[in-house]
Amino acid sequence: MSIDIETARKVAHLARIKVEEDRLPALAGEFNTILGFIEQLNEVNIDGVEPMTSVTPMRLKRRVDEVTDGGYPEKILKNAPDAREGFFAVPKVVE
Amino acid sequence: MGDLNKLTIAEARDALARGETTAVELTEACLGAIEGAGKLNAFVHHTPEIARDQARAADARLKAGDAPAMCGIPLGIKDLFCTKGVASQAGSRILEGFKPEYESTVSQNLLDAGAVMLGKLNMDEFAMGSSNETSVYGDVVNPWKIDERDLTPGGSSGGSASAVAADLCLAATGTDTGGSIRQPAAFTGITGMKPTYGRCSRWGIVAFASSLDQAGPMTKTVRDAAIMLAAMAGHDPKDSTSADIPVPDFEAALTGDIRGKVIGIPREYRMDGMPDEIEALWAEGRRMLEDAGARIIDISLPHTKYALPAYYVIAPAEASSNLARYDGVRYGHRAKLAAGDGITEMYEKTRAEGFGPEVQRRVMIGTYVLSAGFYDAYYNRARKVRALIKRDFDEVFDQGVDAILTPATPSAAFGLGEMAEADPVRMYLNDVFTVTVNLAGLPGISVPAGLDAKGLPLGLQLIGRPWEEADMLNTAYALEAAAGFVSKPAKWW
Repeated sequence: MSIDIETARKVAHLARIKVEEDRLPALAGEFNTILGFIEQLNEVNIDGVEPMTSVTPMRLKRRVDEVTDGGYPEKILKNAPDAREGFFAVPKVVE
Repeated sequence: MGDLNKLTIAEARDALARGETTAVELTEACLGAIEGAGKLNAFVHHTPEIARDQARAADARLKAGDAPAMCGIPLGIKDLFCTKGVASQAGSRILEGFKPEYESTVSQNLLDAGAVMLGKLNMDEFAMGSSNETSVYGDVVNPWKIDERDLTPGGSSGGSASAVAADLCLAATGTDTGGSIRQPAAFTGITGMKPTYGRCSRWGIVAFASSLDQAGPMTKTVRDAAIMLAAMAGHDPKDSTSADIPVPDFEAALTGDIRGKVIGIPREYRMDGMPDEIEALWAEGRRMLEDAGARIIDISLPHTKYALPAYYVIAPAEASSNLARYDGVRYGHRAKLAAGDGITEMYEKTRAEGFGPEVQRRVMIGTYVLSAGFYDAYYNRARKVRALIKRDFDEVFDQGVDAILTPATPSAAFGLGEMAEADPVRMYLNDVFTVTVNLAGLPGISVPAGLDAKGLPLGLQLIGRPWEEADMLNTAYALEAAAGFVSKPAKWW
């Protein structure tokens, strides 16, 4: 599998990272080096192997589905780059 | 007493208990050492006022006879840990200005145990790196020096390693996703331990790859690692993967008696092109454990070769998901927008400005391996290989192996900037001996074991059975005693 410039552009967009056009060829090259390294995994026989979901065989704890925290909007908004009237502010999303 | 900042945790604890020194004196000694060590660039957020307040409180507890395990011990905290009201940036521009409204469970546990926080420690951005060269704060410098070059302390916990090795603090917290505690510990001649996955709560630690991340102690001795791990560990309802099992008294396990223990030597860890010195040190470690009464057997971990490639699918995949939260909305950096820019431009520009090149690369690789059409070929295949890597370990433990001895790193510390032109995969090879341990969720520890011909420290790694850190620490304690590593870097900074 080889990544071309078009694929690199698409991946950058999916990752929501702006990459300038002139950076794309080098980026595609770096991806291909890393993916070339990853391709070694194709040598492994994985027939009948279940993909690992949890490294320690443990049952995740359950708890009652109820609110346990909250009620401090000022703390939540404290680090926001732009907060107004109790809300996070962002550029217009819908026309 | 001599230089208080040079004490181990155990020495300081005992001196405090005997009233030979105070937490305030210990703290002032460390603050002075930090002040004089700007060249190392290890501490990046200084909190002397907090430290002095905590030290005074610790002295009051000591006086009242109510001293918990870490009472009055001055520590450095890796920048990956959220610390209430104190900058916590994960070494990234994207978290510029972020001051959490909460404290991570591990750092809170340490504070509850009476520890003093001296400040926050430099690290590779989002813990992605093996040389501490991806940090927004700039490179950390290793206190070990053999010529005019500045050497890397390793990464990602490079600030922690450098600070402990240079006696700027008594110990430090680290985190380890693929080797980020053990590799820098080996490069700086200190002890670094990654506990079993689930031993320490991940709550409040900036997430890199959630199925691999674990916090652990970085200390001057194995005994200190045992003391500090006990204070850090424990069940936390806020982390669903934190294990609800008792935390043993790790320090009490340190008898140094390892007679009859079975130590495995995995043949797959003998890499092509490995320096003779590493090979010799490994053989020396084998002999030391044998002399201490352990039984040494050769073992096979056949999927070792595939650990790094599997890691470079799984870790970026998880990172791409975890780092999606950095979007310029709720905290940290937001890019200046041009007229007409919408929300997508805000995300894309913010993340382009806020993330450094290595983080961008890994987020994009992760995005690619999770994208439609490639999920099975890359991500699911890597998870299956991960299951095989874990099975390799399960099988040798079933054969009665108590611990596994390997080199910690494939080389000693290299020069800062020396890998700049290399492709990213060459840097990734630093973690070749450590990454298997994260994939299998096991405990691992790097113990300083010798110097190379140029005079740089080298480490040996012990890998233990899951949840049997106490036994692993005891084997490490025996190895430490046999190796007798006492070298310290000569002060030049």
